[in-house]
Amino acid sequence: MTKVNFMTLSEAKIGSVVRINSIEESVLTPRLMTMGLIPGTRVEVLRSAPLGDPIAIRLRAYNLAIRKDDAARIEVSPVD
Amino acid sequence: MASLSVALTGNPNTGKSTIFNELTGARQKIGNWPGVTVDKKVGIVEYKGRKISVVDLPGTYSINARSQEEQVVSDYLSESKPDIVVNVVDASNMAHNLFLTVQLLEQNIPLIINLNMMDEAERHGVKIDEQALEKAFGMPVTNTIGRSNASVRTLLDVFTNTRMSNYKPSKILQEHIEKIHAIRTSDRTPEKMEEDIITARYDFIDKVMAEAVTINAADKSFVDKLDNYLSDGVSALVIMLAMFYLMFQIAFNWIGQPLADMLGEFFEENVASWATEAMISAGVADWMQSLVSDGIIAGVGAVLSFVPLIFTLFFCLSFLDGTGYMARVAFVMDPIMRRAGLSGKGIMPLIMGFGCGVPAIMGARTLDTHKDRMISILVTPFLTCNAKVPIIALFAVMFFPDNAANIVFAMYFVGLAVAILMAKVLGSTTFKGQESTFLLELPPYRIPDIKTVLLETWEKGKGYLVKAGTIIFAMSVAIWFLSSFNSDGMTDEMNESYLASIGSATSVIFAPQGYDTWEAGAAIVTGVLAKEAVVSTLGILYGADDISTEVDDAEETSATLLATSMGAAFTPLSALAFIVFTQLYSPCVTALGTIKKETHSWKWMAFAFFYTCAVAWIASLLVYQGGKILGFE
Repeated sequence: MTKVNFMTLSEAKIGSVVRINSIEESVLTPRLMTMGLIPGTRVEVLRSAPLGDPIAIRLRAYNLAIRKDDAARIEVSPVD
Repeated sequence: MASLSVALTGNPNTGKSTIFNELTGARQKIGNWPGVTVDKKVGIVEYKGRKISVVDLPGTYSINARSQEEQVVSDYLSESKPDIVVNVVDASNMAHNLFLTVQLLEQNIPLIINLNMMDEAERHGVKIDEQALEKAFGMPVTNTIGRSNASVRTLLDVFTNTRMSNYKPSKILQEHIEKIHAIRTSDRTPEKMEEDIITARYDFIDKVMAEAVTINAADKSFVDKLDNYLSDGVSALVIMLAMFYLMFQIAFNWIGQPLADMLGEFFEENVASWATEAMISAGVADWMQSLVSDGIIAGVGAVLSFVPLIFTLFFCLSFLDGTGYMARVAFVMDPIMRRAGLSGKGIMPLIMGFGCGVPAIMGARTLDTHKDRMISILVTPFLTCNAKVPIIALFAVMFFPDNAANIVFAMYFVGLAVAILMAKVLGSTTFKGQESTFLLELPPYRIPDIKTVLLETWEKGKGYLVKAGTIIFAMSVAIWFLSSFNSDGMTDEMNESYLASIGSATSVIFAPQGYDTWEAGAAIVTGVLAKEAVVSTLGILYGADDISTEVDDAEETSATLLATSMGAAFTPLSALAFIVFTQLYSPCVTALGTIKKETHSWKWMAFAFFYTCAVAWIASLLVYQGGKILGFE
């Protein structure tokens, strides 16, 4: 498998739909997971805030704002 | 019949508080959970001869005790053991909401699962089979439409008719609980354990959802379309600035402040003069007259004159919060506020601080974490509120006639810079390690429930009057005493009062700043009562009675005071050092009383007083000594 398929949530294009592969271990992990960000979850990247950060994503039928730093801990792969 | 205790739990933005307000109306008490800055809302309803007490627990996503709110919910449920726990679930956002539901059920807490906002869910193409849901959990399921009183009242029947002991967890729920138990007792690292538990919960939720919920994906929703303008691109920034401007105007220029001025004037012209006349004709002793008109009536007037401001501002804040727009403000402002160690939502109270610190400090309540609330409360007093402007304007015109406007602008900047600096300092010292992350749900836009907005506004105003009002009143009377008495008894001359003695004692510490006159010291002391008092005290002490404290009259006041010995008491440099000090030092008594009310702690109030004075003293010192080194006078 080429590495091309892997990226972080912060790198995903606006408007794209991705699936979470894994979340890097940190003190934040349980909080991210509690909000529904768990491996296998389908996430749509909605927009980034006017100043570039944070980004708005849609998962489990609700919208969530997340900082790019935190999104960078989440590895995702594109969904067609 | 025995009384019944009901607790409402649920995520934020589920309409839980609206349900609570519909159930209990104005018969609710807002207090505080011990030791934390979280509202405790309790209401009593009489229904079919039974007394039902309803507690509105703080909205949380889980009960892991990671925040004060989560701690409160978890402690309350385990210690108070209410007869009925209602889990309010936003029907249009079930997959996420059920996380808390599952976690509560794992703790063996039987629940009534209340699907709220069923109307909205239907519009979003969400169909829920309530019977299937009831079967999946083994718990009773009800539904409501948040703003419909009739639908909420049916809950009362459910409360009185439901025996929670009749419900047992379903088979699949039992299996889930056993699975969680197995994970907990296995030998995994604590991190892995927590992750596996969370994953298991969502697995279970997905199973339940598959059985009871069908979602027909609707086309691009209204929310997304609105968000294209309100939280994306340049339009978001423009709309936000317009919104800030509008709120500021409503509070301080159009409605709030004009009402406050009218109230203040009414008190001064009618109540005070009527009382004075009445007392004179009754032959009341002089000290009593002074106590009543200068102490008590002035104190009550000071408390009351803030009320219109607080009501107006909280109506606006509460309304905006109800629409879901505040979450967008936080979303847009986060990168800027983060640099100051705060999160995006904190911008709203801070902006209000440029008008008046009191509602700004109360507004900190709307912030999400304890750290954000405390930092916001503690840095707000540095901002240039309306009451500080007359001091700056007067000194700017008196000592910098050619650069007055620049000085005023510079002082706004100094206040803001110190606020940001201290936010960073407090964030990395006193409140270090209390993570202020930013994972914010962006709820759908909704029309706010007016009843909830009005109740919240009323509660804020009442809280201010009752809790802060008494402290402010007591301090006002104390300052009256100090300015009207000395060791020989009562005095008409303020410069012979205790206040003057305190002023001259205080002035000693300002020697390194170049304004160690007792007049300046006394003005600083009375300024704690209200910042405008700095100008009027200087006027009285330099023998120019009845000078105006209005900014518009600064030139006239300046000319009057320059003719007195005040002109020689300050050099331009020491005048600058003095205004820097008055910009930054202690919040006024009203703000101090509000800090006490909001933090529930005399300790934090004292801290706010001393640390702002220390910061002001140092800043003023830097200006004066730095200026001298650079060759200014």
